[in-house]
Amino acid sequence: MRLLALASRRLLASLPTLFLVLVGLFLLLQLAPGDTVDALTAQIGGGDPAMMEQLRQFYGLDVSVPVQLGRYLLRLVQLDLGFSSIYGKPVASVILERLPVTLLLMLSSLLLAIGAGTALGILAARRVHRWPDTLISTLGLVFYATPSFWFGLMGIVLFSITLGWLPPGGFEEIGAGFTGLRRVADIATHLLLPTVTLALIFLAIYLRIMRASMLEVMTQDYIRTARAKGLGEAGVLLRHALRNALLPMVTLIGLQAGTLLGGAVVVESVFALPGLGRLAYDAVTQRDLNTLLGIVFVSALLVIAVNLVVDLLYARLDPRIGGRT
Amino acid sequence: MTSLLEIRDLDVRLPPGGDRAFALEGVSLALARGEILCVVGESGSGKSILAGTIMRLLPPGIGVAGGSLRLTGEDLLAMPEAGMRRIRGARIAMIFQEPMTALNPLRSIGDQIGEMFRIHTGLSGAEIEARALALLEEVRLPDPPAALKAFPHELSGGQRQRAMIAMALALEPEVIIADEPTTALDVTTQAQILALVRDLQRRRGTAVLFITHDFGVVAEIADRVAVMQHGRVVESGEAEAVLNRPEHPYTRALIAAVPPLHAALRAPMPADTPPALRIEDLSKTYRRSGWFGRKGRETRAVADVTLTLPRGGTLGIVGESGSGKSTLARCVMRLLQPEAGHVRLGETDLLALRPAEWRRETRRIQMVFQDPYASLNPRRRVGDLVAQGPVLHGVPRAEAMERARELFELVGLRADALERFPHEFSGGQRQRIGLARALALRPEVLVADEAVSALDVSVQAQVLRLLAELQQRLGLSLLFITHDLRVAAQICDRIAVMQGGHVVEEGTAQQVFGAPREDYTRALLASVPGRAWTPPETAEVA
Amino acid sequence: MSALGRFLRNPAGLIGLVLLLLVLAAAVSASFFYPDDPLRLAGRPLQWPFANPRFPLGTDNTGRDIAAQLLHGARISLLIGVVATLLSLSIGVAVGAIAGYYGGWVDDALMRVAEMFQILPNFLLLLVLVAVFGSEIGTVTVAIGIVSWPATARLTRAEFLTLRQREFVEACRTLGMRDARIILGEILPNALPPVIVYAGVVMATAILLESALAFLNLSDPNVASWGNLIGAGRAVLRVQWYVSAIPGLAILLTVLAVSLVGQGLNDALNPRLKGTP
Repeated sequence: MRLLALASRRLLASLPTLFLVLVGLFLLLQLAPGDTVDALTAQIGGGDPAMMEQLRQFYGLDVSVPVQLGRYLLRLVQLDLGFSSIYGKPVASVILERLPVTLLLMLSSLLLAIGAGTALGILAARRVHRWPDTLISTLGLVFYATPSFWFGLMGIVLFSITLGWLPPGGFEEIGAGFTGLRRVADIATHLLLPTVTLALIFLAIYLRIMRASMLEVMTQDYIRTARAKGLGEAGVLLRHALRNALLPMVTLIGLQAGTLLGGAVVVESVFALPGLGRLAYDAVTQRDLNTLLGIVFVSALLVIAVNLVVDLLYARLDPRIGGRT
Repeated sequence: MTSLLEIRDLDVRLPPGGDRAFALEGVSLALARGEILCVVGESGSGKSILAGTIMRLLPPGIGVAGGSLRLTGEDLLAMPEAGMRRIRGARIAMIFQEPMTALNPLRSIGDQIGEMFRIHTGLSGAEIEARALALLEEVRLPDPPAALKAFPHELSGGQRQRAMIAMALALEPEVIIADEPTTALDVTTQAQILALVRDLQRRRGTAVLFITHDFGVVAEIADRVAVMQHGRVVESGEAEAVLNRPEHPYTRALIAAVPPLHAALRAPMPADTPPALRIEDLSKTYRRSGWFGRKGRETRAVADVTLTLPRGGTLGIVGESGSGKSTLARCVMRLLQPEAGHVRLGETDLLALRPAEWRRETRRIQMVFQDPYASLNPRRRVGDLVAQGPVLHGVPRAEAMERARELFELVGLRADALERFPHEFSGGQRQRIGLARALALRPEVLVADEAVSALDVSVQAQVLRLLAELQQRLGLSLLFITHDLRVAAQICDRIAVMQGGHVVEEGTAQQVFGAPREDYTRALLASVPGRAWTPPETAEVA
Repeated sequence: MSALGRFLRNPAGLIGLVLLLLVLAAAVSASFFYPDDPLRLAGRPLQWPFANPRFPLGTDNTGRDIAAQLLHGARISLLIGVVATLLSLSIGVAVGAIAGYYGGWVDDALMRVAEMFQILPNFLLLLVLVAVFGSEIGTVTVAIGIVSWPATARLTRAEFLTLRQREFVEACRTLGMRDARIILGEILPNALPPVIVYAGVVMATAILLESALAFLNLSDPNVASWGNLIGAGRAVLRVQWYVSAIPGLAILLTVLAVSLVGQGLNDALNPRLKGTP
């Protein structure tokens, strides 16, 4: 009950923000030189003014900006994201096709980053200022400094081109017609390198914050209490330190949900993954503003959803949050 | 009588580069079955290190350099870590100072008490829960079944400390080490916890090593006393003897610094003394905004308070935490905005002033703060800090610095310290700097909010003396907020007792301490530790 | 020991400083070694490094000198890093300071704005900004600064929230000090150390963001940017992987240098964190 109340409160609070974001972006895009029709006709090598006028009517671009905004918001409420000029389909269906790839990539990367980051962070904190700590911390710094797209490219050079272990890109073997477990394995091999590539920088961040919060928590009074109870080091670590030390990292996951999605744009481009990020890139280069707005809308929803999950997780970990006050 | 815990010639080394090489030097103590031994000392005396050494839980870098530590003859220092873990909690248990931070905030009370059994016994879950419940009843927590499921933040400070004590008692240890267990608590809660410790200790025959800085607590609870200074035990003996006939000069100085609990004999204020400050019908309510139909919470921190501070006198405002005394001070200084009331300084209603007018009037009323570490900007030289006020009020810089120099001498600091930064001073010195800063504007009224509460007792005595002296010399009127009734008794002409935002009793210090009218005042006075003990009049060695 | 002294005794900070000075030296010496346009055709395409003494790091697929692009690219990276960071810090510190000091509805409003930026994936917003305002290098820099201020604002706000309740701030108010002076003269100096440390993160992120943008061909194509070169090298990744590898290493080292200096500053400015058990 406490969690549900908290969740609905958070959701309600993020609605006005989302609304403002969309209005702001819509107006921002009005500043863009040229509209969808210009882009379309440019692609087919120019068109006559009459046809362009017709197209403008078709895309609803012939009315004033406030009216366009009003219509846009009205459609948005009905979850109608408009029509994609490039793909010739409703934006919503274009996005829905691409969403699973991005979700899968984000989720696997996040799990890898959290798991490895936590483990390495704790290990470093337990051996602070000794060689395992130095090694892990240095590795963290290097991971943090590595541009993800470059790491991806080098991964392709090494594992796909030189060693031939992993496919160089794509989501699955097109036309292989795999089904069942075989397909899962195929997708897994395709996603292995992209997952590591996207996870790298977050792994570095999580390991650093985990190390710091672990060191901080270990100085707390209740750790001394636990030791004074006669608890061994492993017990102190697992039963008292770990959960407390996880809290800052959980907060950070929520704050960085957007960054993770942004990273997916680049990684999907490197590995030619047909996901949301790749779609955004195409929409920008081809001036498909409807699609771009749609993607931003869906991304914002995604970030809000991730934050919601994070909030709930935090509230589960910490009884002080959203308590019976 | 054989000793249960025997400490002999214990040396504990500090990491190199500190201000001294040893935290403990040649400490010898013996704790017998069923007695309470109080270890008393000021901050830095090494008394908390002693507790850590007995538990073998010293921070890294601090290690035992010599001596022996025996529990019923067994050498604890030579014991392997696994053996030591079996002793911690089971045979020697600990109670800490800050029950909020000493309990894991993410786990329930029942879980944390039950952990004692899970570590040291093979009891079943149901059995453990039953035992934990029985313990919570024994330490007299209200509604033990609810407390079992509660998280630390859902209990009050006193309740948390009771839970902590329940945890320490769980396995019926032979020794309990209590490290300042009542320091963070209000005086009435402290009295209850002390009574509880005494009572449980008598019933169970546990030996208690009780670490404290407060001689009042010692008088309340100790069978025997050991006084520590700079890592050495300078004096030890029966409590009655040490308290009333201290021999070592340091002990005598410490005891002399304890203010007696009766109003000091001050010349009574003439009845027609004009008021320096009048607080009229002041109210301040804290609101927490509600969320989508949820009701916001309201706390009346100060409710219709009317008080008068006579010119040249000291009005003490005493009360426990949450009584609204600090909120009152902050409203007077316009650090908080009260929703109703007046604060009249002479003819001026401070609360009615516009911001620019108030900034000009600040020269007439100044404040001294509680925390000697937080009240001075660490990035400014102390000379600047003191000169800042006059400069803001239009005094030329050179003149302001000259005034700062004079004030430094006035508050007993060397004038050549002006160029230094706050961290180069001790707590007592910083409080003097804070006082100098407040006096630099030559105010008529000084508001002191727990101004000596963070100081060691001997330093506290010095600052109080300084305050009284300056008041005489400069004709200051003092609004003195404190939780410490002994301090209030020593310095105040009039006392106002606050509870839950209201002033429950107001009168001359003689009357409030000698013949309190209200039950709450009487309860408060009855809670002061060591009230039955009057510190002996010894020659002051300060 | 002074903060500078502590910094210079810290191996991480020192290594970072040396690396950063190297990158700076590369940026400064670019015009000296390669006075010509680094993007002009210099020789036969796809020469391997060390194969031709005229092109110590080889040439890319359009016959441009990689070494020349590397040195000139250092300028772009540092310039973008520094300018975007300054912009982001100015916005972030101003917003955070005002929100944290005044609290109440001012805080609510400002944090709502920050939240708007947080809801949008920053790289996506960057794409939108570039799509709208163009990919000229100045525009890209400003866009990076704009998408990265909210974190700084949060950090500054958190510092101000704790500091404004400190007694020394209350003391200033009781002395009759104005808000502006309290914010700028009393609180800000105390709030700045963590912000300065965080500047390292902001700068590292800014450099990474620009290189990613350039890699996707969405940054200014008319400047020698490391990201551009990596993007160009993609076409010949199969065999001439060095075209992408070399500028990537340059980015890695630069970001590493910035992070290390940031960490060194952290240890120097917050000495209490070090050595605590």
